Amino acid sequence: MKRFLWTSLFALLLGAAWFSIARAQQPTPSDDDVNAIARQLFCPVCENTPLDVCPTQACAQWRDEIRLRLAQGWTEQQIKDYFAKTYGIRVLAEPPRQGLNWLVYIIPPVAFIAGIYILFRALRSWRELSRSEKAQATAPPQAGDDPYLDRIEEELKKRG
Amino acid sequence: MWADIGFGLMVITFVTAIFSVVAAVYGDYRKDFRWVESARRAMLLSFPLTSLAAGVLVFLLVTNHYEVQYVYSVTSRSMPLYLKLTALWGGQAGSLLFWSWLLSLFSSMVTLRKWDRDREFLPWVIVVSSITLVFFLSLTIFFENPFARWWSTLNGEVAAMFPPASSSLLMPSDGQGLNPLLRHPGMLIHPPMLYLGFVAFIIPFAFAVAALITGRTDDRWIRITRRWTLWAWLFLSLGLVLGGRWAYDVLGWGGYWAWDPVEIAALMPWLTGTAFLHSVMIQEKRGMLKQWNMLLIILTYDLVIFGTFLTRSGVLSSVHAFAQSAIGPMFFTFIGLTFVVSVGLLLHRWVELRSKSPMTSMLSREALFLLNNLLFMGVLIVCFWGVIFPLISELFTGQKVTVGPPFYERATAPLFGALMALMALAPLSAWGHSTIKTLGRAVWKPGLVALLTPIGLLWGGVRNVVAIIGFTLVALVILVTLYELWRGTLARSRKLNENFFVSLWTLFGRNRRRYGGYIIHISMVLMAVGILGMEVFQTQTQGTIPQGGSLTLDNYKITFDSVAQFDTAGNRNVTRAVVSIYQDGKFVQQVYPRRDYFYDSQQPMTIPGLRSTMLDDLYIILVDWQSISSVGATFKVYHNPLVNWLWTGAGIFILGILVAAWPEKDPDGLRASNPALAHSHGSAD
Amino acid sequence: MPEPIENQPVPPVNGTDEGEHSLPEQVAEVPGQEQSNPAPRRGVSPLVQGLIWVVVLGFLLFIGSGLLRAQKSILGKGDKVPEFTLTTFSDSQHPQGQDIKLSDLKGKVVLVNFWASWCKPCESEAADLEAAWRYYQPRGDVVFLGVDYVDTEPEARSYLAKFDITYTNGPDLGTRISQLFNRNLGVPETYIIDQQGILTYVQIGPFVSVAEIQSHIDPLLAGNN
Repeated sequence: MKRFLWTSLFALLLGAAWFSIARAQQPTPSDDDVNAIARQLFCPVCENTPLDVCPTQACAQWRDEIRLRLAQGWTEQQIKDYFAKTYGIRVLAEPPRQGLNWLVYIIPPVAFIAGIYILFRALRSWRELSRSEKAQATAPPQAGDDPYLDRIEEELKKRG
Repeated sequence: MWADIGFGLMVITFVTAIFSVVAAVYGDYRKDFRWVESARRAMLLSFPLTSLAAGVLVFLLVTNHYEVQYVYSVTSRSMPLYLKLTALWGGQAGSLLFWSWLLSLFSSMVTLRKWDRDREFLPWVIVVSSITLVFFLSLTIFFENPFARWWSTLNGEVAAMFPPASSSLLMPSDGQGLNPLLRHPGMLIHPPMLYLGFVAFIIPFAFAVAALITGRTDDRWIRITRRWTLWAWLFLSLGLVLGGRWAYDVLGWGGYWAWDPVEIAALMPWLTGTAFLHSVMIQEKRGMLKQWNMLLIILTYDLVIFGTFLTRSGVLSSVHAFAQSAIGPMFFTFIGLTFVVSVGLLLHRWVELRSKSPMTSMLSREALFLLNNLLFMGVLIVCFWGVIFPLISELFTGQKVTVGPPFYERATAPLFGALMALMALAPLSAWGHSTIKTLGRAVWKPGLVALLTPIGLLWGGVRNVVAIIGFTLVALVILVTLYELWRGTLARSRKLNENFFVSLWTLFGRNRRRYGGYIIHISMVLMAVGILGMEVFQTQTQGTIPQGGSLTLDNYKITFDSVAQFDTAGNRNVTRAVVSIYQDGKFVQQVYPRRDYFYDSQQPMTIPGLRSTMLDDLYIILVDWQSISSVGATFKVYHNPLVNWLWTGAGIFILGILVAAWPEKDPDGLRASNPALAHSHGSAD
Repeated sequence: MPEPIENQPVPPVNGTDEGEHSLPEQVAEVPGQEQSNPAPRRGVSPLVQGLIWVVVLGFLLFIGSGLLRAQKSILGKGDKVPEFTLTTFSDSQHPQGQDIKLSDLKGKVVLVNFWASWCKPCESEAADLEAAWRYYQPRGDVVFLGVDYVDTEPEARSYLAKFDITYTNGPDLGTRISQLFNRNLGVPETYIIDQQGILTYVQIGPFVSVAEIQSHIDPLLAGNN
């Protein structure tokens, strides 16, 4: 009986030790781990302040929350999604790509391409206009006759 | 008494400015130049008046008149004198008065020039500047009055200009003081620089509007305002850089630019201003792009006003924004007026602005300048859209979103890269005609040398594509520009048998704008070196260590030697840590990061311990929201490679502008050819 | 073979290359060129003009509405409070929390209090709020709703335990509820809604006493009787 009690106590202790070692195998996330994620989030209440530099107590609590989630094994994306769901999408550094928010990402490239197109069209029509004007003007002096004349022509062309 | 005087001066200026507008319009309508002259004198009068008003406010700030609400809110007895002076622009009301003062200064400077050739412009330049002055003064007179005083009434304390019924003047013994973040030498210079830049842009704008109204659509208005534009651009550029330096020094996040909406609001006019600076050269050389230039200057000024509105009206949320106030609606009305009038005038004269001599080559200097404009407009659209999108989102979906740095960095990086590539090509292209062959012939030698850069970087272990491309472009720009300088000087010195350096000096002297521009380009890419270093290679770490403990970052190690806490004269409590820096195991330097706590405003401020070299910065701050003692203190360490090239580049930038803008002895070159004309062109033009 | 000269800044013969001195205004107005240009059109086409004005005025309208919204960011007395759903903290009876809709509470006086565990002023009114709740609870026609604003759950729960709060509390998920009341919400703020769903009182900052809370609720109950 006594032997049975001692063995079971020993087994219990062993089990407890193994269990706590298994739990403790997840190391406490360092400040750097927390900051790597906090840097990509904004403080939910302060104006435009990234979460890793915000000095308020609230921000400290949110950073601790990140630390807790990291310790539980959550991934970066999971933590960001959780923050967005809990505190609003305002905490993300960029609007999530859904619904109206697609416009943020689409409009600038579209506008730029439109600009390229307009510029190209304008340049081409100007060049054509210039070619037709050149055709109307009198024939230019033969190039290569006189190097000094060439240089003056170049100078004049440069100065407009 | 003094507050009454100050207020009275503002009111007199207000009335004078209104008279100036009315007289100028009437004088132009009746073609009676005496009225216009009277309006000009009234506008001149505004400068001494606003100077006195601002002077009174400065006097009140410096002599602790805490019964004045503004003085109470931005100063305190513990602030040093220089900070009390800078408190003039430390709050909304004072900065608006400061703005009015700058406006009257520039308007007066412009009216003092010789107007013989441009008489038809004068009334309209007066009208535009005076209306703007009227607007800004009305903000200070009716809404944000810097001279309002504290009165104790039956219902509590009230701030007003004139005593309310049955009240008595309140005399607080001390003020709240400036926000600690503003108590920094940067306060001396960053806001004034920005305001100088913003306000100076009104002069080219006023002339552009005058040109549109009078139908003088040739480039006379550009020639007159060319130097103004350059100086406005200089101040705005410096203001932006100084803001970055100040943020780096004081804000404790180891960065210099956060893509905050208010920062972007100041950047946007800079973008169009830079585009404008380049494209006016096309108009001067080739007579082209009049429509586009008109549009650009109008856009620049509209963006200045719009940016000021965003900052001060509370529409945007930002750490920089002034507290929300009643000036929003007034500002909105002024913006509406400015936009509608400028767009209307532009549409009215659009056809008359049609350009005359078209383009001959896709690779000519004109074409490259146009590409430059396109790229700047691209960056502008990214910035503008990013700033107003949160408003759009809130309007249509009710949801607040943040458009933050990742968006801006991703979108603008390729555009800025393309601009760097253009800077490399620019010195090589010629007005009117260039082909791939001519450009290629000019670029292959420096290009070959520049290829050493990616090779060197790859060999050194750098794998980041952005960095490799970026640094290669930097090298290309510097090499091409220096090569062009070399070739030009060599050609001249050989031809004229001059000493090389004499040739260089003369070339600079005779082609100030071009060579000043080259220096500015070089300064820009040097700044790009700093930006690339920071954006691509910055590393950081944070940790709590006891006294004697250490943190490692890259090849640096810092040890926490000791900490001390004490009160200082500025009415603050300082916690100062001593930290030793070791690089590659060897001791380098001790630095002293500190946390200051200000008693009067009950706010803390962190000041980093900084070790700077041209190669990198080690930036150490005390994380001030954790406890700091010898048992344990939390430090945050940033390793910022190449960041000091940013500030060095800015210094060279100033040099470049000075070269480009230095007044020439004979600007029109007419004295040499026609002595009879010499006497009428003596003014700075 | 002389060096190619097209890209050299050849020292000018006379003056600088700034362009100022060389034919200033005449460059653009060469007489011959005027005739070769086609006759200018009569202004910008009305369609384009109209489009431009639509854009400019539309933009001004948009900014104006943004300004209006910034000015009037908070719900005012007499406004109908929009519908919202508060999901309470989970407890033994409701493992997923309970969904409480404002519309379900019609006919009762509702006090909505925004708080946070990191908010020091909130602590000063917590005891008063709980005392007021215990006073009104037996009647059955007054409801207190505590809305936890951008907070973390463990700290929130310990706050509730610390002040022994018994009325319904839940987190403001996604800040959806607070945005309905005040777009620039700070904590603590309290909103008192009458039996018809109309906002009758806004308190910015903490209450100073139980009597103050009662002074805003009692009139609503009296008026109903």
